[in-house]
Amino acid sequence: MNIVVPVKLVPDLVEELEINDDGTDLERDFLSYKINEFCDHAIEEALQIKEAHGASVTVIAIERDETDKVLYTALAKGADRAVKVTGVDEAATTHTAAKAMCTVIAGMDYDVVMTGVQAADDRDGQLGILLAGYLGVPCVSVVSDVSVSGDTLTVHKEYSGGMMARYEVTPKIVLGVQAARQTPRYAPVSRVRQIMKETELEEVLVGDADVDVGSTVRRMYTPEKGEGAEMLEGSSEDVAARIAQLLNEKRS
Amino acid sequence: MGQDILVVAEHLKGEFADVTFELLGKAAELAGATGGSVSVALIGSGMKDKAQELGAAAKVYSVDHTGLADFNPLTHGSALAAVVDHAAPRLTLVANTSMGMDLAASLSVAKDLPLIAYALDVQVDGDAIVATSQLYGGKIYAESASTGASVIVSVLAGVFPADAGRTNGSPAIEDVAAPDGIDDAQVRFQALVEPEGGDVDITQHDILVAVGRGIGSEDNLPLAEELASALGGAVCSSRPIVDSKWLPKTRQVGKSGLKVKPKVYLALGISGAPEHIEGMKDAELIIAVNTDETAPIFEFAHYGSTEDLFDLVPALTEKLK
Repeated sequence: MNIVVPVKLVPDLVEELEINDDGTDLERDFLSYKINEFCDHAIEEALQIKEAHGASVTVIAIERDETDKVLYTALAKGADRAVKVTGVDEAATTHTAAKAMCTVIAGMDYDVVMTGVQAADDRDGQLGILLAGYLGVPCVSVVSDVSVSGDTLTVHKEYSGGMMARYEVTPKIVLGVQAARQTPRYAPVSRVRQIMKETELEEVLVGDADVDVGSTVRRMYTPEKGEGAEMLEGSSEDVAARIAQLLNEKRS
Repeated sequence: MGQDILVVAEHLKGEFADVTFELLGKAAELAGATGGSVSVALIGSGMKDKAQELGAAAKVYSVDHTGLADFNPLTHGSALAAVVDHAAPRLTLVANTSMGMDLAASLSVAKDLPLIAYALDVQVDGDAIVATSQLYGGKIYAESASTGASVIVSVLAGVFPADAGRTNGSPAIEDVAAPDGIDDAQVRFQALVEPEGGDVDITQHDILVAVGRGIGSEDNLPLAEELASALGGAVCSSRPIVDSKWLPKTRQVGKSGLKVKPKVYLALGISGAPEHIEGMKDAELIIAVNTDETAPIFEFAHYGSTEDLFDLVPALTEKLK
């Protein structure tokens, strides 16, 4: 079974996000990117399937500042192949990213595409579902439990309240992964360094993926602070005393 | 394309989801601005018998087929595309839920229609549909405009009042033929899997101590448990804790977990991703502890502290004993 995992890199939400001068996008200079955490789960689930049933895992990412590191890390974790897609604008919409991924994946011999269910910048939809549309194959997203039996996969799609729907699917298929069966593994830095020395990443230039998404951002902004929380100041002791007081008032 | 607003009805086990009524209420408000009327795409089996619950709409486009009884992203997707071809709506409103995400994005590609996702609001502004998306974990909002002849907006659950769309009536029912190949699809629904029964029902507790990624490791969970026990409450969590298997799924609060409404919700090391907020925003008293002063949780909390929870929680537990 050949599994392809297109991953998204997204701005690190721990850092402060600034808006550009036009007020229509993030200020992307100095923005630091990291792998979308759901895509990290998609890599993990693909590696789990590889280990349990045998599979070849190819990880693909569009070029950003941290892409090399993300791809080398995926190889260090056990992926067989890593491909960097170049020529796609940093501010590309998810439709455009999906189209670029489609251009690369359509020519591959794949059975299953697994990607993160959603990402922090999905203004125009989610990568997996859009990609499935461009590839002309079905997609099940919000998937958390994948098992393989022969040519058939059984997947669980999550609804709210812990309810799930079980589906049987036949490749070729795209899966939007919500959570892997275990926490994504860690690749030791030494192993990643070694891979970097020994391996050259494959690169594919996609120059013409631009999709007209039919909408434009008029205004991007930090939501107005509402009343928000009353912040409790002072030492841990002071704050603990105040919280204890609030809790006791509420309990009495 | 016309001026009508099409709401995609979501249902599970024969009941319409609240978000369907939320969208209907909003659609009724917007129809005044587009000069069109409200219609519903109702895809299922036997659901049109419940069409009277959709009285906020003038018309229901029904795709009724035994093979469509349970949601299937592939076959329900083709059925929705057929309805959109038939109804030619100006605006299609879909819930930004597990089911709705699949439908909205696949429709966008299949019919080459603009999609604005994660919407907190939708307006009609002249010849444009304007929607505000909640992005970057709730830290940034983006207001997008589309002058496309037909636009899809996927709306977050819980942002519009459901009561506004909960009207009984007798909308006209128009049958739309089910697409071919429903019984022989590449994606086959097998069964609904009910959540496993848990040790603790967090929806029944008045006091919840919720832990998030900031708790650091499974070894630190006793900190929260001791506090919960001093308060006579229970421990619950955000998604990452459950994904790490530190707590069972039955303790998860949020979009794919449980919705809770306790008297007190003490959020420890929770950033407040929109998916989590959806499950706890109606708590009577929310106190949040997070060292990141920009964490969105502080927007929803009544009281907040940026103290390190590893200092604060033991001190607090001591005071409550």
